[in-house]
Amino acid sequence: MGTDKVCNYLLKSRNLEQLRELAYRVRRNVLVQAAGKGQGYVGQGLGSADIFAVIYGSVLSWKPENLKWEDRDRFLLSIGHYSIATYATLAEYGIYSENDLKTYCDDGSILDMSANEYAPGFEITGGALAHGLSLAVGMALGAKYQRKTYRIINLLSDGEMNEGSTWEAAMCASSFGLNNLTALVDVNNVMADGYASEVLKLEPVVDKWQAFGWHVQRVNGNEIQELLDAFDCAEKVKRQPQIIICDTLMGKGVRFIETRKKAHFVRVDQNEWEVAFRQLEESKSR
Amino acid sequence: MNMDSQVAYEGKTMKGPFAKAIVELGNENDKIVALTADLGKYTDLYPFKEAFPERYFQIGMAEQNLFGVAGGMARTGLIPYVTTYGVFATRRANEQLAIDINYGRANVKIVCGLPGLTTFAGPTHQAIEDLAILRSMPGMTILDPCDAVELYQATKAIAEFDGPVYMRLQRGEVPVFFDENSYKFELGRAKVLNSDGEDLLIISLGLMTRHAFEAVLALEKEGIKATLVHVSTLKPFDTETILEQLYKSRAVVTCENHTVMGGLGSCVAEMAALHGAPIVLRMVGVQDVYATCGSTPFLFKRYGLDSATIVEHSREVLHAKEKFVS
Repeated sequence: MGTDKVCNYLLKSRNLEQLRELAYRVRRNVLVQAAGKGQGYVGQGLGSADIFAVIYGSVLSWKPENLKWEDRDRFLLSIGHYSIATYATLAEYGIYSENDLKTYCDDGSILDMSANEYAPGFEITGGALAHGLSLAVGMALGAKYQRKTYRIINLLSDGEMNEGSTWEAAMCASSFGLNNLTALVDVNNVMADGYASEVLKLEPVVDKWQAFGWHVQRVNGNEIQELLDAFDCAEKVKRQPQIIICDTLMGKGVRFIETRKKAHFVRVDQNEWEVAFRQLEESKSR
Repeated sequence: MNMDSQVAYEGKTMKGPFAKAIVELGNENDKIVALTADLGKYTDLYPFKEAFPERYFQIGMAEQNLFGVAGGMARTGLIPYVTTYGVFATRRANEQLAIDINYGRANVKIVCGLPGLTTFAGPTHQAIEDLAILRSMPGMTILDPCDAVELYQATKAIAEFDGPVYMRLQRGEVPVFFDENSYKFELGRAKVLNSDGEDLLIISLGLMTRHAFEAVLALEKEGIKATLVHVSTLKPFDTETILEQLYKSRAVVTCENHTVMGGLGSCVAEMAALHGAPIVLRMVGVQDVYATCGSTPFLFKRYGLDSATIVEHSREVLHAKEKFVS
């Protein structure tokens, strides 16, 4: 993979401006990957960019130069199709080059449309949905047994709350009191067949997780300060796993995608990519 | 018959060979952990729980989560031995086995009770297609040990192997078939137990070798000489050993405590066809049906897995061979 980009890594940052800039660059890299392609998860990548910026730029203890560092915090991408956001973020740390990004979804590229643990920076193979939380529980148990202090963070989607295995894992995590485990749910309210709230009744989500024994917070997942505060709070929890429910806007940062009728695959016509880049640029001053 | 000195079939049993082996492993290596889904007692895990309570993880009756958790633990460098029944692992948690464990080559040992027709509890508990399901998973290693001696040795051997393994478990008082001093389990190797059977080749998997052995003795009384080959690693299959025997014999009977579709019989048929070994084959096993509830001797008789059925198939395949040759 390319390491041609020289950048000042943003690690453990509390600086709002820096993190906002990182989120902007993640969005830009999402567009770079998806531009001109007839496929890809541009809406999800844009919508979750603030979450990714906070996780990699502020929360995780990790080493971009040594992704397999034994004591790293583990970030698990249960929602495999959000891999576009991981590539976009890791590109800012030199792990993927701009040229790599342009191969997203291409035949033979390592930038698969769905997360693959054989690609740099991925802990698990997400995509067969609602597996990530169980894997996270296993890592959290493994860390505790081996007296390791690293944290496990798993990102899942609102749709994954339809699957029984999510709730099996939820019960298990609280039974073992796994305070080294934090989950985030991206609630963008979009599933393959339509609005998540119409596919199956999910609410009250906060009550559900509380009933399963978790420490629960609900934030605007597109507000960096709210995310930072939520992680601060989660880290102090003593005997429970924590969940941060993040309400997000799909397509955030590109106005015409934000307002387009939402679908699992957001349709962007060939002549609209230039507009997308321009609107993203304009969003910085919004 | 010159049966190999590896066999010592005198009606003896050994209590909990899996339990004995995994406790010894636990003493040798603190990375060995055990997980179960409310079946610790019934998969002989309690001795491990008592010896290493901090390494025993009760996950609850949730097999999808069980195998996901095991996959996660393996990714932190541990070696999880996971127990449940074969049906729950391969039917209910299939996707977790495929993706969280097998695709990622997670170092998880999946040890599953109630293989084939060895349970009273009927079709919900009889793992009759577990091997076929797993054989179709790329790169999976699959074991079906014969007896207490082999199960004990195999439990220890798989700890040394880096990668996912599925092993069928016999629990409680397990018959002793092999001589514990002379028998040496080798991952991936089939064992030719006698090679003087000029009339017929019997290839048996797992505990079926005990029944096949009895069939060989019965056939000998009728003047029919059969070679007996024991398979305990179904995948990767010991092509070399089996092919050598297939080329020597035109009449072959396979025996498995499993459906005849996708298991040992299918494996031998594929190999014979691929390598041009001209054989006539009969497959002893569950014949594409669901069995009822009942005791193992009753079910083995009713569904044709007992030694009497192996003898019948042997006679029949010899007859078919004569027609085939002429």
